Amino acid sequence: MQPSTQALQKDDTQNPAMLWVKDGEALWNKPEGAAAKSCASCHGEISRMKSVATRYPAYSSTQRKVINLSQQVNLCRVTQQQASQWPADHESLLGLEAAIAKESRGLPISPPTQRQLADAQKHGEALFNQRVGQVDLSCRDCHETLAGKKLGGNVIPQGHATGYPIYRLEWQSVGSLQRRLRGCMTAVRAEPYTHGAKELIDLEAYLAKRAAGMKLESPGVRP
Amino acid sequence: MARTLITVPRTAKRDEIIEIRALVQHSMETGYRRSSDGDLLPRDLIRRFTCRFVPRVAANSNAASTAGDLIFAATFHAAIAANPYLSFNLRATTSGTLVFSWEGDNGLAQTETVSLLIA
Ligand code: HEC
Ligand code: HEC
Repeated sequence: MQPSTQALQKDDTQNPAMLWVKDGEALWNKPEGAAAKSCASCHGEISRMKSVATRYPAYSSTQRKVINLSQQVNLCRVTQQQASQWPADHESLLGLEAAIAKESRGLPISPPTQRQLADAQKHGEALFNQRVGQVDLSCRDCHETLAGKKLGGNVIPQGHATGYPIYRLEWQSVGSLQRRLRGCMTAVRAEPYTHGAKELIDLEAYLAKRAAGMKLESPGVRP
Repeated sequence: MARTLITVPRTAKRDEIIEIRALVQHSMETGYRRSSDGDLLPRDLIRRFTCRFVPRVAANSNAASTAGDLIFAATFHAAIAANPYLSFNLRATTSGTLVFSWEGDNGLAQTETVSLLIA
């Protein structure tokens, strides 16, 4: 990452993602849905969400599957607030996710120890090593073997998902990790998994395991 | 209403030069891009930004929010990135109100105010 991009991320008065965080913080206190409850009605101050983002994706016993943070937010929206589900990468969903993740800034990524999550991480790792697309490259080929080299004008990063959701200069907007991963798949001319697909969740779970111990820096800024 | 993030020190010393920062959530759609269906995306730009300073005395009288001194203005065009960020300086001489406004396409006319106290 260029020093200028890092500077933008580090300064909350300049980081454009803070606009989404502000949206999310306002939504946190706004009653929604048939239940007319706000997130705060049940969870209290948003600061109580500290460290939550470091633990996702995680196994949800009510859903009986591994889910990511945005799915958990949507879950509360539908089952607790009785409001309509937001589509993937909806501005409000990204705002809440960014506001929750910001509460864990500086804390180490800490996937929980759960049998179901371990299965997801294992499957995610297999997908990470699997060559895909017309270009026939795996995630590992780029993010481990070729990391540090250049692709077009961009340095290939190690692919640690420490800043999500991120403000991406190329998108001119905030976006989710799944949007980023779908972008990497399109880049190798593979058909990307659909938003919310088990494959993407499993990849996210593996990425979190791979980045365990690294500090969360959400909301990040990326080129 | 567009979300804004304005950074101004709450208090300043007399004659101190303070930095003001203003970030606004806006797509700055150029009017030249096409959607994935090939349709032209309609232009949606902020055209002008102004920041005025209304000294406290004037603010207490019947002066409208357009009153005060213009301290910074910018005209925006299609090549400005989305969510434009501006930073500029002001020599703080008296307490008062900073009035920020963004105007543009589709009837955009947004005003935010922040007060400044000279200690
Ligand atoms: C009626 C009460 C209620 C409301 C309203 C509610 N939640 Fe929840 N939330 C819960 C309960 C109960 C759980 C734990 C059980 C579960 O997983 O659903 C939970 C869990 C969570 C978690 C996971 C916490 C963890 O430690 O893993 C997050 C994040 C969350 N909610 C976010 C939100 C957001 C954002 C909103 C508003 C859009 C919201 N919740 C609204 C009751 C609520
Ligand atoms: C052709 C090489 C290539 C392949 C294959 C590839 N990526 Fe990427 N990936 C990139 C580049 C280049 C970037 C950084 C783009 C930028 O932001 O400048 C990136 C960014 C990322 C990031 C964001 C890192 C950050 O700092 O935010 C993650 C996470 C990621 N990739 C994961 C994956 C996964 C998972 C796969 C496999 C499904 C994959 N990538 C496949 C080249 C690749």
